[in-house]
Amino acid sequence: MRVRGKRLTPVVALLGLLSPAMAMADWTLNMSPGVTGTSNQIFSLHMTILWICVAIGVVVFGVMFWSILAHRKSQGHKPANFHENTVVEILWTIVPFAILVAMAIPATATLVEMYDTTDADLDIRVTGYQWKWQYEYVDQEFGYFSNLATPADQIRNRQNKGENYLLEVDNPLVIPVGQKVRFLLTSNDVIHSWWVPAFGVKKDAIPGFINEAWVKVEEPGTYRGQCTELCGKNHGFMPVVVEAVPQDEYDTWVADQKAAAEKERELTQKDWTMEELMARGEQTYQTTCASCHQPDGSGSPPAFPALKGSAIATGDVQGHLDIVVNGKSGTAMQAFGSQLSEVDLAAVVTFERNAWGNNTGDMVTPKQVLDFKNQQ
Amino acid sequence: MSAVADTHTQEHHHGPARGISRWLLTTNHKDIGTMYLVFSFAMFLLGGSMAMVIRAELFQPGLQIVEPEFFNQMTTMHGLIMVFGAVMPAFVGLANWMLPLMIGAPDMALPRMNNWSFWLLPCAFLILVSTLFMQGGAPNFGWTFYAPLSTTYGPPSTTFFIFAIHIMGVSSIMGAINVIATILNLRAPGMTLMKMPLFVWTWLITAFLLIAVMPVLAGVVTMMLMDINFGTSFFDASGGGDPVLFQHVFWFFGHPEVYIMILPAFGAISHIVSAFSRKSLFGYSSMVYAVGAIALLSFIVWAHHMFTVGVPLAGQLFFMYATLLIAVPTGVKVFNWVTTMFRGSLSFEAPMLFAVAFIVLFTIGGFSGLMLAIAPADFQYHDTYFVVAHFHYVLVPGAIFGIFAAAYFWLPKWTGHMYDETLAKTHFWMSFVGMNLAFFPMHFLGLAGMPRRIPDYALQFADFNMVSSIGAFMFGATQLLFLFIVVKCVRGGEKAPAKPWDGAEGLEWTLPSPAPYHTFETPPEIK
Repeated sequence: MRVRGKRLTPVVALLGLLSPAMAMADWTLNMSPGVTGTSNQIFSLHMTILWICVAIGVVVFGVMFWSILAHRKSQGHKPANFHENTVVEILWTIVPFAILVAMAIPATATLVEMYDTTDADLDIRVTGYQWKWQYEYVDQEFGYFSNLATPADQIRNRQNKGENYLLEVDNPLVIPVGQKVRFLLTSNDVIHSWWVPAFGVKKDAIPGFINEAWVKVEEPGTYRGQCTELCGKNHGFMPVVVEAVPQDEYDTWVADQKAAAEKERELTQKDWTMEELMARGEQTYQTTCASCHQPDGSGSPPAFPALKGSAIATGDVQGHLDIVVNGKSGTAMQAFGSQLSEVDLAAVVTFERNAWGNNTGDMVTPKQVLDFKNQQ
Repeated sequence: MSAVADTHTQEHHHGPARGISRWLLTTNHKDIGTMYLVFSFAMFLLGGSMAMVIRAELFQPGLQIVEPEFFNQMTTMHGLIMVFGAVMPAFVGLANWMLPLMIGAPDMALPRMNNWSFWLLPCAFLILVSTLFMQGGAPNFGWTFYAPLSTTYGPPSTTFFIFAIHIMGVSSIMGAINVIATILNLRAPGMTLMKMPLFVWTWLITAFLLIAVMPVLAGVVTMMLMDINFGTSFFDASGGGDPVLFQHVFWFFGHPEVYIMILPAFGAISHIVSAFSRKSLFGYSSMVYAVGAIALLSFIVWAHHMFTVGVPLAGQLFFMYATLLIAVPTGVKVFNWVTTMFRGSLSFEAPMLFAVAFIVLFTIGGFSGLMLAIAPADFQYHDTYFVVAHFHYVLVPGAIFGIFAAAYFWLPKWTGHMYDETLAKTHFWMSFVGMNLAFFPMHFLGLAGMPRRIPDYALQFADFNMVSSIGAFMFGATQLLFLFIVVKCVRGGEKAPAKPWDGAEGLEWTLPSPAPYHTFETPPEIK
């Protein structure tokens, strides 16, 4: 696949349509079989029902087009005078019914298998957030968030679009090949839906519910998907990326993750400087907060208030911490206390209090955040 | 009693009142039918222009014309306006005009209520459209308005949206009551139920569906209203509520609603295919039973819209089987239409062109519906452009082509003039090509993995999106031609005879064209 160059004007784009040399994307017509047993079974069901439809279509439209060509008034065709035929009418009720029964049998078998989430080797909790995914490895006690990694400049056409435009994340989900992985899906806010086409897995993540799905990938590789349930303004910007890796590579990765989690905890105890906090805070702000409150803190009122010059970001530190850690019920403002580490919370609050002319000079340290959480 | 009867006869030979009061105060079924049709076309253009915004944004990848928030408002309003503002009122308009003429009644049974149920609609849509100008914007949660996106996370205008839905519901229910009262009470002597024209049959069944499900819609939006404004937690998990309950209630309304938008078209198409084949409809009684079966089955298939929400296996299987079953009566209808054409004497004036396209393209939409019914495969299709392609194939060449076919078929009766056949054929072919160009590639996009309701997409979807947008612009622009054709036909043109189509049957063709302001003051005899 060639990557789209600079922003095209509609006229150039039209030319691109006409000249094959300029065509950039692929003209994929059909579903792809995918890489799991389930997705292959779905693909074969899809092809079977598609060919049944084509066959019925050929017969029905065949008769119709024959009439259109042969039985025209302009050719002097005289109308016949029949308007019912019990045998034919019973026949074309029973035959479609039989076809449907034949179709329902393999569909039922596949469905039963898809619903069998028992005997999983590994459990991963998948939580939907506006607009990111959280993956928690239930047995290994670590987890992380997975955010869109496509830069805003590409989306706003200020930069060439990369190969995996809108289908790339900062931290992909990593799973071992050859293992039955069970997903436990839920949501923190609205309904999302977790879909990886190559796996044949699509399941809604619903607040208050835990849905189950499973996958067993045989082929190592990177598989991409998207959220498929409208979940607010950035619904189109919360991709799913899964890396399936061999078992030994997976084990190393798990060990690294655990070490990193430990290191993160140690960071809380470190003495931070204002510059360090501002730098880290800006990073955290851009990945976590900017999608609603905008990169320049201007927000998009009334749903997403501005932080620049806001009463909360320039007022009492405790109040600011409270809304970031605990969220605000009845609004889109989530409780970030459990989503971000103490370091990130401290950094982002510090950043918000000193960026865009909010020059309060306040510095909030990770220890302060820890104390604040412990008081509650 | 005699005094009442006397005043009645005196008023009879009045023509329409003059000026605005004719339209505001009218109880005449023809005037009200015209107002419904004009209103519906205005909404069709409004909803269509929103579709143009959507397709313009999706013309190429990246965000260029609108912001994601506004994009979501456009998809939501496009859906709501097309469903509740364009398609449903158009069918009510056709019912108002044609039902009394087809059953030999002087008017609808409840003329004053008829006036009210029309005038509620502009009020409802004024409220709905005004949300676009409110702080926080219009509803942005999709026309299916799933909670909690539409409750806890909805914009402040959601309450106005709920109120608008309530008013539309009241209007629809009153319209449906009127249709049922008219058909059951005002048929000409001798017209037994099984002698009724199919358009009358399909509307009778549609009216029962409306009465059954519009209160369910009212119920679900009222629950939203309570959640938003009065602190209840029907759909809020953190208060012990159930977001999935919303979907069950919504689709219990939503699936029969799909048939509400197609059954009257089935009826109209049956008349048109038979008229231009110069051959009576094949399998009249099986047509009636098929419509009845579709209507009944439509109540037990709702969860096929929810295959990915985690319905238990047994439920999943039940809804899959029930949905597959709907293909049987739908198939019977298509086979009947084709057999009606078979060995007829066919000609292809504009109504027939739209009717033939209806049968072919609606069947394609039916096929993709069959594919979507296969629950395991639905896991791949669900909430992708494949679904968008599917329901646009049943609604655009289904409901909307059905309405165009009916409009061209009956325009000579309404206006007394023949429409411009060349322009009408141009309208058809441009619509046909534009519509297929717009919606067929969406099947490919969905199968390749493009989710619906996204303002921006990955690069592999770029080409088909561009084709689709070009088709959509073509389809959209062509509809202005229809406006021109109708205006031209109203203002003049070749004088229409009482029965302009030699193969047409039915009481409406026994009346002069244009149909006089008052018709069938003495009921005709049906042998």
